[in-house]
Amino acid sequence: MKAAREARPAPLAAAGLGVVVPVLVVALVLVMLVAACVGSVTVPLAETWRVIAGHVTGDLSGVDPAYDQIVWRYRVPRVILAALCGAGLAVAGVVLQAVVNNPLADPYVLGLSSGASLGAVLVITAGAGAIGGLGVTLAAFLGAMAAIVLVFLLGQQGGQVLPTRLVLAGVAIGYLLLACTSYLQLRANPNELRQVMFWLLGSVAGATWDQLRVVTLVVCLSIAVLLLFGRRLNALATGDEQATALGVDVRTLRIGMLVASSLLTGVLIAVAGGVGFVGLMIPHLVRLAFGVDHRRVLPLAVLVGAVYLVAVDLLSRSVDPPNELPLGIFTAAFGAPFFLWLLRRDSTLGAG
Amino acid sequence: MRLDIADLTVSLGGRPVVDGAGLTVPEGSFVGLVGPNGSGKTTLLRTVYRSLRPEAGAVLLGGEDVWRLSARESARRTAAVLQDGGGSGALTVAEVVALGRNPHQGLFAREGAEDRSLVASALAQTGMEGYAGRLFGSLSGGERQRVLLARALAQRPRLLVLDELTNHLDIRARFELLELVRTIGITSLAVLHELDLAVRCCDQLVVLSGGRVAAAGPVLNALTPAVLRDVFGVNAVAERHADGVVRVTYHASPLAATTPASGEPGCG
Repeated sequence: MKAAREARPAPLAAAGLGVVVPVLVVALVLVMLVAACVGSVTVPLAETWRVIAGHVTGDLSGVDPAYDQIVWRYRVPRVILAALCGAGLAVAGVVLQAVVNNPLADPYVLGLSSGASLGAVLVITAGAGAIGGLGVTLAAFLGAMAAIVLVFLLGQQGGQVLPTRLVLAGVAIGYLLLACTSYLQLRANPNELRQVMFWLLGSVAGATWDQLRVVTLVVCLSIAVLLLFGRRLNALATGDEQATALGVDVRTLRIGMLVASSLLTGVLIAVAGGVGFVGLMIPHLVRLAFGVDHRRVLPLAVLVGAVYLVAVDLLSRSVDPPNELPLGIFTAAFGAPFFLWLLRRDSTLGAG
Repeated sequence: MRLDIADLTVSLGGRPVVDGAGLTVPEGSFVGLVGPNGSGKTTLLRTVYRSLRPEAGAVLLGGEDVWRLSARESARRTAAVLQDGGGSGALTVAEVVALGRNPHQGLFAREGAEDRSLVASALAQTGMEGYAGRLFGSLSGGERQRVLLARALAQRPRLLVLDELTNHLDIRARFELLELVRTIGITSLAVLHELDLAVRCCDQLVVLSGGRVAAAGPVLNALTPAVLRDVFGVNAVAERHADGVVRVTYHASPLAATTPASGEPGCG
């Protein structure tokens, strides 16, 4: 049987959440602090701390205005956005993999990223006037939502969401929209093209406090809601029939989870572009390390995802300063080898 | 709790799979649902655990229409052990059994002392108490079915629905498992593929054929030579032997099979 090959317990399966969560929270705070210090201009840790503490307490006396500008206006928002993106994409990945019952699903599998890309590229290449004066962010969000609605409509039958059909519809819509995006790119001038490339590969460089308010609210709310559903997702993993017999309203759960994770992903992709691989890789990493119980996987994916993307963003701007590389290059450069290793290690992936 | 099904009709892909079937499972009894492949056994079962809504007819548990209940309310009354219902196998036995508490836990509920003690007693009832920390995927087929039965018991159901509980198990495990269900004593409706097991372990049988009930009642009343011939296409007879055990004896036919030797464990 399929299950017999998975008989090894995960190495950290026995570690309690009461230990692992605080450890990861500390790691996240540390990596965020370091990320706030390091960059084209490195600010000493003490100064960084003074700036952050000053803004939190409202007492900015003794803070160097130049450091304040770098740390508070520029770096802290991008570090927070990186953490939110990592956390949100990882948790959306866990949920989507569970809901469509496919280990290869990621938050973009249902066409969200291609919809967002088309919206963004349309505005970048045709100018803000293209879609009623929308900015890139809003156009990307609307593109993502239009794509997911289309995929939903095509992926259901009589109100029943069929996971395989949904994934196939997502892939097909993805290709269709990609064709449109590619055509627009061909017609773009080099400057626009560079902007498009950066957007497509994802970046948190443009983070602003204004934008963070909405993003933080959406991400924290969605994560809080999704975390409540660990037990039901465990039940869903026994199959639709058995989950029903265990008291899960499978249809409502599936639609609810898809809507919540799509909204979350749509917002993130709108502000940070197509940060690939996090939503695919972090869920598998967490499962391999901590076991498959969703009540553990969901909160741990939030934290591991946040740590990972903050670290990746840090790398992306420290490899070749003062130039920055898009996040997508690093997430995929680490993600792809990891995924290949995973494929070779776990005989159940791709074999079932 | 007594289950009554009346005038049940279910179509799949435009074809009636269950066609006006009715049956009763009396309180505390073990009723076997038998019939050839495609006779509608599993489809009928799906309407009982609220997975497939019937087009017509009623499924009444203790006089209450299960299709008026929510999935959660229904799962507090009816537990089902289905084929391949164990998930990926990477959860521990205790985690698998704890899923049985799902219908009793709200969205914000965490596993409490009562849940843990019910999980422990369900494991004890099925003889799996030493396995709580093992991975489900590392168990043998018979052990897995016991764990899934324990999960169903952790639901504290008043009706057990079993779909081919003993499929793929060796002969000894089959008898032991069905004997276990009998001793637990919860009202049970079980789809059984093997008539040998069905006649030895069930109080009553319901024979389905083409989505209709061809015969029903105490084992020997239901499984007459005529039913065996017309429904199952075998030349056979079910009879009580001198040792008090009911066995099916198959005579020469295209589906000839041997009867189990006497002295086997369980379900006597």
